[in-house]
Amino acid sequence: MTDPITIVVNGEERRLSAELSLSDLLARLELDPQAVVVELNKEIVRRPALAETTVRDGDRIELVHFVGGG
Amino acid sequence: MSAADQPLVIGGREFRSRLMVGTGKYRDNETMVRAIGASRAEVVTVAVRRVDLDRTKEEGVLFHLDPKEYFLLANTAGCYTAEDAIRYARLAREAGFNEFIKLEVIGDEETLLPDVAGLLEAARTLVAEGFKVMAYTNEDLVTALKLEDAGCAAIMPLASPIGSGLGLINPYTVRTIKRRVSQPVIVDAGVGTASDACITMEQGVDGILMNTAIAAAEDPVTMARAMGAAVEAGRLAYLAGRMPRREIAVPSSPTSGMLD
Repeated sequence: MTDPITIVVNGEERRLSAELSLSDLLARLELDPQAVVVELNKEIVRRPALAETTVRDGDRIELVHFVGGG
Repeated sequence: MSAADQPLVIGGREFRSRLMVGTGKYRDNETMVRAIGASRAEVVTVAVRRVDLDRTKEEGVLFHLDPKEYFLLANTAGCYTAEDAIRYARLAREAGFNEFIKLEVIGDEETLLPDVAGLLEAARTLVAEGFKVMAYTNEDLVTALKLEDAGCAAIMPLASPIGSGLGLINPYTVRTIKRRVSQPVIVDAGVGTASDACITMEQGVDGILMNTAIAAAEDPVTMARAMGAAVEAGRLAYLAGRMPRREIAVPSSPTSGMLD
């Protein structure tokens, strides 16, 4: 176990009890990894790397998908 | 389409329709899906945005549109710098559908006219990264030539500002771009109704991308059908070659054989 962390996901601050992987974060947010693209501190994390990438205190995460547009 | 026409090929890929449509601004998803079907477009544009973590808004557009049925063209709409546009393009490619990007770098909030310096910078970077860049630009020949030189797969001059519905304001410049550029020219933005689409295609451009003209019509599904027909009619008229304009009348019926 690690100490509690504070991260920013899609512009909103979130407090978590401990570090976790990006896969676990998506699961906690009930998001399908196939349906979102993950950016960690402005670097894209490809899907195969989600499970092995740890979310740490202060990280900024963007979760994006396609919406209607012209 | 006439047997004399060539298929539309962009970045080495053949497309079955010269009409491309956006997926924004529809009053509901069912209308969007029906309108896109009625347009018979193959390329549909989408935007990259944050997932709504509160689930108060709808799911992503792919919840409603089958990616196997349409060619998804992601845009960088809303980006005001080359850096942002490159970031959005990379995110879009990571979604895993294709390497095409409709590149927009906007320079002015009121008119949504492009920042051509930022556009060129972003285009060069993205081409170097293997993207097939379709560049939304103004109707300026020199910029179009520079975008082509930068390796863009298609040049997308506007007919008039995004969402304005003002139609093709400057046929001459769009025609000039088409004549001088060897990559496909797809007019993007500004078409308001079917006659605008038809007149635009009559200039000889390779296709049109539109969103608001269909989405904001009173009956989007019927307008989508009209746009499909207009793009085809304009294309055929261009291929057929119009008659010369004359300042005087020329009778269509014989002048001989008239009664005394």
